[in-house]
Amino acid sequence: MNTELFGFPTVNVWVDAVIRLHLIVGLMTVVVMGLIYIERKIIARFQMRLGPTRTGPLGLLQSLADALKLLGKEDLRPRNADPLIFEFAVYFVFVPVFMGFVAIPFAFDWNVRVLELGLFYVIAISSINVVGWVMAGWASDNRYAMIGALRAAAQGISYEVPLILAVLAVAMVAGSLNLNEITGQQGHIPYIVWQPLAFAIFYVAMLAELNRSPFDIPIGESEVVGGPFVEYSGIRWSMFFLAEYAGLFILCLLASAVFLGGWAWPLGEDAGVLWQIVLTSAKTGLLIFSVFWVRVTVPRMRIDQLMAFSWKVLMPLSFGLILANGLILVYEWPHVFLLIPNVIGLVLLYVIVEHGITRRRPRQLARPAAQAEAAS
Amino acid sequence: MTTAVPDNPAFDHEFETQDLMINMGPQHPSTHGVFRMVLTIDGELVTDVTPHIGYMHRGAEKLCETMDYRQGIGYMDRTEYLANFNAELSYVMAVEQLAELEVPERAQWIRMILCELNRLSSHFMFLGAFGTDVGVFGTAFTYAFREREFIQDLFEEVAGDRLMFAYFRAGGLAWEVPGNFEARVRETLALSRRGIKDLDGLMTQNEIFRARTEGVGHLSAADALDWGASGPTLRASGVPMDIRKDEPYLFYDQVDFDVITGDHGDVFDRFQCRIDEMWQSIRIIEQCLERLEPGPIVPDRLPRMLRTPPGEVYTRTEAPRGEYGIYLVSKGGNRPHRLKIRSACLSNLQALRDMTIGGYVADAVVVLGSLDIVLCEVDR
Repeated sequence: MNTELFGFPTVNVWVDAVIRLHLIVGLMTVVVMGLIYIERKIIARFQMRLGPTRTGPLGLLQSLADALKLLGKEDLRPRNADPLIFEFAVYFVFVPVFMGFVAIPFAFDWNVRVLELGLFYVIAISSINVVGWVMAGWASDNRYAMIGALRAAAQGISYEVPLILAVLAVAMVAGSLNLNEITGQQGHIPYIVWQPLAFAIFYVAMLAELNRSPFDIPIGESEVVGGPFVEYSGIRWSMFFLAEYAGLFILCLLASAVFLGGWAWPLGEDAGVLWQIVLTSAKTGLLIFSVFWVRVTVPRMRIDQLMAFSWKVLMPLSFGLILANGLILVYEWPHVFLLIPNVIGLVLLYVIVEHGITRRRPRQLARPAAQAEAAS
Repeated sequence: MTTAVPDNPAFDHEFETQDLMINMGPQHPSTHGVFRMVLTIDGELVTDVTPHIGYMHRGAEKLCETMDYRQGIGYMDRTEYLANFNAELSYVMAVEQLAELEVPERAQWIRMILCELNRLSSHFMFLGAFGTDVGVFGTAFTYAFREREFIQDLFEEVAGDRLMFAYFRAGGLAWEVPGNFEARVRETLALSRRGIKDLDGLMTQNEIFRARTEGVGHLSAADALDWGASGPTLRASGVPMDIRKDEPYLFYDQVDFDVITGDHGDVFDRFQCRIDEMWQSIRIIEQCLERLEPGPIVPDRLPRMLRTPPGEVYTRTEAPRGEYGIYLVSKGGNRPHRLKIRSACLSNLQALRDMTIGGYVADAVVVLGSLDIVLCEVDR
């Protein structure tokens, strides 16, 4: 059985699959190393530092040097750790993230496989890594690691739901779960215009799903000192790291494909592959930059605030959005109507964030009125 | 502890649960040195805290008894390494009172300027470290450290050392300040103003920051007084106690400044108090600069080896962290018979347990950060 690979029609299916998977892994390693370098440079700019400058021109080889250093380190395992689970946890984090790339469209008809349920597949596969986190935390036999793992599990479950509901809202409008099709429909107007609330919810849930600031509670450096990865070192730790950045890249790619029109907007299908790839990377890059920006600006939330924000704010809003979308689509009202629930939802979200996003604790007075009077 | 799960047939038996004990410190990124607390946690809630101190104990007080009065100044730097000038001031004031030395005016004004600048640099350090505790990824830290560096540079020009100044002497100062001192102080103040504004914008207006700090770590005025807390920790609880106002030393009675107090005594108030205090420090320094006139910096007749008559004295100053007191006993001769440092951080730290229990693990970190402890001063 033969298939088409980038316009070369006569390639065996298995050879084809091997080539494509190797392309992904190769691409991802380079992209992740680039991302780490760029993040360090960007964050350094935000913090009035220079970032890496010593290795290679402008410090460009810093990631490579780090990778080599990590490869050379001893792969330690604590004596009390569960050997099998400890060592396999890495793959449960690492592999799903890379599998997610199968369905992501980089340009028109440029994905590893065009899956009919692509959106569903990506979301499903990218949530498996929580299992790896819990395995790592449990097997490490370290209390910080276990607390971190349990936090990761709670957070993963909580934010999975709004994340799925947000993309579902778009899928309802698009009428498809095929990522290539969803992107292709956005040639003129990207879905962020029709579904801004869904994008807002997706963005917040994405930050939580990636365990990035302000939701970096499981790895909170100042509390649980790195969470589930406390005991990992060398190559295993670097694979967790790789998975983290690959996850960031894949979710930003997904967001740019589903909400920002990926390769399609504003040039459409007819633009060359090169232009489409430039568009995809530009949109993804913008999202990744905003994630870095958020990271250096906001403090970490507390676990109860995190939970409250998911279950009490994002969840009702996303359910309401789905309900409203369904209503509008079933009665075939014009698309402009879609904006009404979105705008209402955005205003609600803004009001909630402005007036205490989360349960602010009641503030007691240090000196009760009677005491203050007696003193004066 | 046994817990029954009510009204659930699947779990009609009792099962045993255990509270988890985690050992936070002495090596932990947010214990500000080598403080150690053993947290007993039930899920994410802290049910008990056992603080352990003493990892930094070097017997500074005992060591001072083996040294003459001038050598002891260096040891004050090493106990309170973020507010060295304030610590030195307490010590030299104690010696001056014992030896009945008159300090020239110029020396006093310069001491005031340096102490208030040191308060600024110490509070900058607090803002940066606290930002990291709350979880801002290093941004508050670098912003705070930029301004702190400028102040530290100025100190280096004055004292010749970045950290261990040993610049104050019983009776005055070690040597005259550089010629461009006033201009340099004004320059540094302008930079500090920018820094405070930047940090204020980054943190105080941040919704998540307020959600993390408001209502957390409540310390009532009565409790704060009972624990002997002082400094911003006490003032945030609404007690307007400031030694600079209550028992003015140097020329604090000749300058205008407000005592900052908070209403709620929570972490946010302690943070806000420090920021407001920095503005007051700038105000004080500006007034000092106007009053600064040329003159001698040491008394006319200062013996090479200082000897004190027998006696005892307690002096206290308002250091950035609170009351820094020196109890000095002399039996004559050139060295103290007994020296005791009243550490502000140690007393403030006593309140930690009350503030932490019942909160979340993340709160414990924030509450500890809000006390702004220096472990060297706690353990001495």
